[in-house]
Amino acid sequence: MNARSLRDRDELLAPALLLPVILYILLLVGFPFLMSFVYSLSNVTVGNPDFRIVGLRNFLEIFQEQAFRTSLANTFIFTFVSIAVVVVFGHILAELLRREFRGKWLVRFLLLLPWTTPIALGTIGFLWFFDSLYSPLDWLLRQLGLLGGAGALLGPRSNLYWLGRPGLAMFAVITVHVWRLLPLAAIILLAGMNGIPKEIEENAKVDGAGYFRRLFEIVLPLLFPVIGVAVLFATFFTFTDMTVVWVLTKGGPPANATQVLASLAFLSGIEGGDLAKGAAQATFFFPVLAGLAALVLRLVRKAVVT
Amino acid sequence: MRPRLKKLLARSGLYGGLSLFILFSALPFYIMLITMFKSTHELLNPQNNPFLFAEPPTLANLEYLFSGSLYPSFLLNTLLVGIAVVIITLLVAVPAAYSLARLAGSWGQYLGIGIFLTYLVPPTLLFIPMARIVSLLGLQNSLWALILTYPTFTLPFCTWLLMGFFMATPREIEEQAMIDGCSRLGAFLRVLLPLSVPGLVTVVVFAFSLVANEYIYALAFIQDSASKTIGIGVTTELIRGDVFYWGALMGGALLASIPVALLYTAFLDRIVAGLARSGG
Repeated sequence: MNARSLRDRDELLAPALLLPVILYILLLVGFPFLMSFVYSLSNVTVGNPDFRIVGLRNFLEIFQEQAFRTSLANTFIFTFVSIAVVVVFGHILAELLRREFRGKWLVRFLLLLPWTTPIALGTIGFLWFFDSLYSPLDWLLRQLGLLGGAGALLGPRSNLYWLGRPGLAMFAVITVHVWRLLPLAAIILLAGMNGIPKEIEENAKVDGAGYFRRLFEIVLPLLFPVIGVAVLFATFFTFTDMTVVWVLTKGGPPANATQVLASLAFLSGIEGGDLAKGAAQATFFFPVLAGLAALVLRLVRKAVVT
Repeated sequence: MRPRLKKLLARSGLYGGLSLFILFSALPFYIMLITMFKSTHELLNPQNNPFLFAEPPTLANLEYLFSGSLYPSFLLNTLLVGIAVVIITLLVAVPAAYSLARLAGSWGQYLGIGIFLTYLVPPTLLFIPMARIVSLLGLQNSLWALILTYPTFTLPFCTWLLMGFFMATPREIEEQAMIDGCSRLGAFLRVLLPLSVPGLVTVVVFAFSLVANEYIYALAFIQDSASKTIGIGVTTELIRGDVFYWGALMGGALLASIPVALLYTAFLDRIVAGLARSGG
């Protein structure tokens, strides 16, 4: 009889069904999340079993390091530049995808490839694209007479060494982020545009509002929550990513020119075995992620109210 | 301007714009495809056109990939981890989502959002304590380390997705079954779940693609070559110092990408609807 009553009593069944997911999240997200803060205040390393709280020493130490400051700056630069480019071009792409055209499935498949492909594998294609000797981009520039030979616009050497010069390497990292996130942003924005009743725009058109007036006074304000979602996820995926940098440049060149927080924390925490230092470096994700979470909550509440 | 000319211009603008975007998205894959069939001899001459064949295509790279390298193990490991993670995700997320959607009342919504928010705690923040947990459990170099940790990011999102699917199905269908003598759980298993198969398939595809995508945990927990999954396997085993097996590298990246991409594309709209719902 007991089993039967559990199956029918909602007030018991509800927590029973929720228990596994809550346990999983508490034990394997909540606990390590707290531990990462504890570690950042401690002296823990892989080889050192004795564990002491040392206060803010790790933070004072990492702030002294050029590598950390560069990584922090790079993380923000990569995120902001990628997001700005992705939102503008994602909007243009979404506008194009709204129109009727043939072969929509194939077009969608090709456009979405960068997002649907595992990022480490996609980045490998770019590794060849930006190779120091065999770069197809350099080949193209040489054919166009822009690179190699006396008087060429981009210099007499036969290669640009994309991943060998700080500025170009940063450009390469941002390119891969944009490449990957553009389809996601376009699809999210497209879903939002399809949610705007066609009549609103058409009425404005009849009333004589031009394209840009309609864009800035009607479409963008209505799209605002959806743009928020696109920015949110694009920020999340760029800000916390280490795969692109790890596969493309390993944080170089030279030393740390393209290093980001995630790859730096990996270098000190896993490769260097200094868990405390790595954890301290990784905690700098927290304020931005907390901001993103607040944004989600605001968007959700707005949706509930309206 | 005459209307026909205007229409023609709009059409060519559309196709021109789309072509540029497709070029940007797909060119790396085209390069991977053609490079996979090029001989090393051809690849190592910078004078050759990288977009076309200068010498006859060869299967040598693929032969190396499948019989000279650990690539088949990488694929198999990814598949095994993927299947195990998908099973755990379904077993844990389906009951939770049902509870949130149907039983928990108004606080179900808030708890659902709370669970979804844990998706925003990224592996890059957790991997250091997680590495300690994995080593304390003695799971380094074992696929079980990945099977244990990957649900931390599949569960939040999949619970959220499934909650949306269940809420979109009318309550009355189950209530009718319960009037007809089903228990609450029976109505869920025999009536609601069969109706939710599209949602369940979406979750399977999404969870699997997250597994195929994951890089940092795999890199931190697995050093043993034969236990590597596809992402870290290809990027760490086919690149040795300055020696790049370019043809095999491109082939390995492309061949593993396409099935994941095909599956993902087929279910993308449902996944994005789940993302967009977080913004109302």
